[in-house]
Formats: sequence, C-alpha cells, structure tokens
Amino acid sequence: MMLASTVDPIYAHGVTLAVVVIVLVRMLVGFAVLMGAVTIMIWFERKAISDMQSRLGPTRWGPFGLFQTLADGLKLIGKEDLLPAEADRFTFKLAPYLSLIPALVTFAIVPVGGTVDIAGHPVTLQIANPPIGVLLMLAMSGISVYGVVLAGWSSGSKYPLMSAVRASAQMISYEAALGMTIVTVVLATGSLSTQNIVAAQAHGIWHWNLIRLGIVPFVIFLIAITAELNRPPFDVVEAETELVGGFHTEYSSFRFGIFYLAEFMNTITMSAVIVTLFLGGPAGWVPNIPHVRWVFPILWFLIKTVFFAFSYIWFRAALPRFRYDQLMDLGWKRLIPLSLGWMLIVAGFLIKMSWGFLMAALVILAWTLLSRTVAIGTRRLEGADSLLPSVGERPLPGRVLRAFTDHEGD
Amino acid sequence: MIGAAYAIPDILAFVVSALMIVVGAIGVLAVRNPVHAALSLILTLFGVATAFVAQSADFLAVVQIIVYAGAIVVLFLFVIMFLGVDRSDPVRVEPLVGQRALAAIGVVVTIGGLVALLASSHWVTGAIAVSTSGHPTAVGAGNVRAVGTAVFTTYLFAFEATAALLIIAVVGAVQLARRERRMDREGEA
Repeated sequence: MMLASTVDPIYAHGVTLAVVVIVLVRMLVGFAVLMGAVTIMIWFERKAISDMQSRLGPTRWGPFGLFQTLADGLKLIGKEDLLPAEADRFTFKLAPYLSLIPALVTFAIVPVGGTVDIAGHPVTLQIANPPIGVLLMLAMSGISVYGVVLAGWSSGSKYPLMSAVRASAQMISYEAALGMTIVTVVLATGSLSTQNIVAAQAHGIWHWNLIRLGIVPFVIFLIAITAELNRPPFDVVEAETELVGGFHTEYSSFRFGIFYLAEFMNTITMSAVIVTLFLGGPAGWVPNIPHVRWVFPILWFLIKTVFFAFSYIWFRAALPRFRYDQLMDLGWKRLIPLSLGWMLIVAGFLIKMSWGFLMAALVILAWTLLSRTVAIGTRRLEGADSLLPSVGERPLPGRVLRAFTDHEGD
Repeated sequence: MIGAAYAIPDILAFVVSALMIVVGAIGVLAVRNPVHAALSLILTLFGVATAFVAQSADFLAVVQIIVYAGAIVVLFLFVIMFLGVDRSDPVRVEPLVGQRALAAIGVVVTIGGLVALLASSHWVTGAIAVSTSGHPTAVGAGNVRAVGTAVFTTYLFAFEATAALLIIAVVGAVQLARRERRMDREGEA
C-alpha cells in the first residue's frame, strides 16, 4: 500500500534558486514561529496555573503580563554564569544544547497546514518531510535524554546526579511504549511519512487515528509522551521537594534559560506530534472562501495543539507526582504489555476480521496470565507487612506513620 | 579508487562520516573518563548513521540512532553513574595475562583482512549499494519494506534466534539480580 509520494512537491521541477530561497525562508519562519510560541506558552502556563490555584500570576509587564517571559529572559541573560568547581567543564557546557536541539528538530516533521502557492511553487507548510518521518521523532526523543543525563552528571553534585539516574531509566522505559503505539499508527497508515499519516486522516473525524485505532493507543501515547517530557505527574527528574531542582540545580543564567526554553519547546512540539499522529493534524472543516482557504487548516492545527498544551498544564495542576517505583511499574507492567497487545490486535484486524478477533482473544489471555504473574511477584516481594504499598494504593501518611511506630514497638 | 565515478557530495559525506567514526573510536580508547568515552561512542554511532544515509539506507540510519544512541549508550551511562565508576581508571594494570600481545595480533589480522578485501574488491570503500552495481536497491520509504522482507523471509531463522537470545539474556539477568527478601527479613529479625 503506497500512498502519495514522500518527496516534497517543491522539488518536482528541479532545484532552482527560488526553491532554495523558499526552503530556507520556510525553515527560518518555522524557527521564529516556534520561538514565539514558546514565549507565549510559558506565559500561558503561568497564567493558567495561577488561575487554577486562585492566584493572579504575572500581571506587571505588558497587557495581562504578556511580556513577563521576555523580562525573565533578559534577567536570566544578565545574571552571573556560574560554573561549579566540581563540574565537568566540557559536558556541563554541552548539555543544554543537547536538550534544545532535539526539540527544534522534531518540530520540522510536523505538518502545520496544507499546501500554499508561493510564486508558482507549491509549498507544503512543513519544514521537512523525510521518508523516515515519525521515526525521526523517536530518534530525537532518544537523543533528548542526553541533555538531562549529562547535565545531571556533569554538575558534580549529589541531587543532579540522582536526577540524571532517574531520567535515564525513566525515558528508556517509556520509549518502548511510545514506539509501540507509533507502530500501530504506521501500520494503519502504511507509511512513515507524517504527510501521509495526516493525509490518511483527512476525510472526517471517523478517520482520525484517535477513533480508528480505538482510543487505547492515543491514551498510551499521551501518558508515555508526558513521561518522556518529564512533565508532571511524571516529573520525578526535577521533583523540587526531593531533588532541589533536579538536573538543572547547578545551572544559572543563559544555560538555565536554554533548559527552560527546551522544556517548553518540547511541550509544544509533542502536543503538535500528538495532533499529527492521532487528530489528523491540520484536518478540519474548510469553508469555501476564495484566497483564504489555506488559513483554515492552520487554524484547526493551532486549536488542537493549544488544547493539548493546555491539558499538560491541567495535568500539572491536578495530578500529584508519581513515586519513582510507581512510575516504573506503570511503564513496564502496564503500558508496554498493553501497547504491544493493542499493536497485535490492530495488525490482526488490518489483515482480516477473524484474525483480529483471534488476536484479541490471545491478547486477553496473555494479559490475564501477565497480571496473575505480576500479582504473585508483588506478593512475594512485599510480604503482608510491607511498609510501602505498590501501584494503585497511595501511602497515606497515617498508614506510613503507623508502620513506623509499629516497628519501633517491636 | 575514489575517482571520477563519485560525485563530490558523496565523497564529502564519506569523509565526514569516516572522520566522525574514527575520531569517536579513538576517543573511546584514549579518553580516561568513562562518561567521556560513552560520549565518543555516540559520535561514532552518529558517524555510522551518516554513512548509512549517504548509502540511502535512511531506515537503518534512524534505527541506529534510536537503538544504539537512544537506548544502549544511555544504559551504559546509567550503569556508569549508578555504580559511580571512578573518574579515571588505572590502565597500567593488566587483568588478563597476555592480553596486550593478543590484542596486537588481532589488530594486525583485522587490518590485513581489510587491506586484502580492499585490494580484491571494493567492499570497504563506501561504494553505493555494492550488490546492485551502483544503484540503491530501495530508496526512501522502500527501505522499510526491503528490510522487513529480508528479515521476515531470508533471514527469519537468524532473526528469531537473536530474539530468543535476547529473551534468554534478560531472564538470566533478572535471575542473577534477584534477591530473596525473606532471607533479608530473617537476618534482620
């Protein structure tokens, strides 16, 4: 099943100077728009969180405090650039860029709108459309671990190091589930290219991967990507109550600013990736108004992306942080088997209805066996009088306290 | 051997990727700090990925980055940081007797083999898609299809055997790392 060509239509009539200029300008505009979006995103998050916590948030600079981010950026640049004595100088300086670049590169594969005619050239509103498509996103999310891990390690300090250890384990764990859900999308589309993935979802809401694949892959993807982003409730990496600030504790000035920028840029990029993979990207109702038809796909894309950006903020305000072992349990014992099983079911249904039901039966059987195994393992590991309960139960302060006092009484 | 048959971009890509691979590989050996060695390894892996792209094997390139750079080296780093390996390891001590002599012989044999291959055919010169005399077998999205077909038909046994091997390794590692908690409890009480 080969869909539309994966080559950008702008190269169809050879590479002329005009084409090169258009491609370069498209890249620069993409970069500028992303940077602008990050500034707004930071303001938006602070405002929304304040609203949810009955505070006002930034109000002083610009209308509704809109320029607060710029002011903060200027302040950060003006601060002293500290380099800890124990730090590994080269890696310490390298790490911020390692976390910024993947965020930038991933955005390149996101189709923001349809195709626009500029000076007779068909220009797709997407910075690049490589044949490997979504795999580039996986590769970049794999690379973005290094920013956190190396920053934590090179600081030569205790808490950042613990944060780095947590980050490396967490991000690898959730990458597996992430990859598996992407496989379901790719299976249903028959192509890796984001352009084709979006094209396959263009004909109405029932064709969106969100519904076509059953809601499960979408939910797994949303959870796994939140963990990849180290955003709450999966932010054990920078848990400020345990690890001061996590991997960026020792950073200040501009380098800290880069981490901050990368974090919010990642949030936007990943919201855009979710929209691309599961909500049809720029797909949506387009009224038949001449000359401005191209605006509507972009609008739809923006609305969907802002919705997800907002849900990340919502998660942060509403959900308490996972404990490290709960995080690992969720990743390895639930999300990875579930995504694997769902992938098998989708693959079965793509071949034939009967295969699909057979696969579903097998997956249910396997799931039952697995949960039984996990239950037995947990019981053996913890015993009846375990201090800390496993996933699902939260250690209520009273219960933990009682466990401590009981032990002292022994 | 590199002559008029190769376009300048091809040669450039080859030189860049070869430099990345060689500098990274030397770095892994020469650097004392284990974390820096892991970083050099990443440079090598990216060099290999670049070489793959130059040979229009996009899929292999990105898999190389996802699997090796994105997962395996991160695990290396995890272990290095977790065990708190010293900043510099003593390299003067020789844990295996005669290791150096054997390594020297290995190097001579490998280089000899490479030179022999270079002399008899163009297997190691970075020629594009050697098996089909200059034409890439599958470009772009066709990559995935070609790799998938090869893995699930021609090389099915090797593929499944590798999968079994990995599972056995994981089970073995879990078995080795598992501690019996009950013994601990009895010890405490």
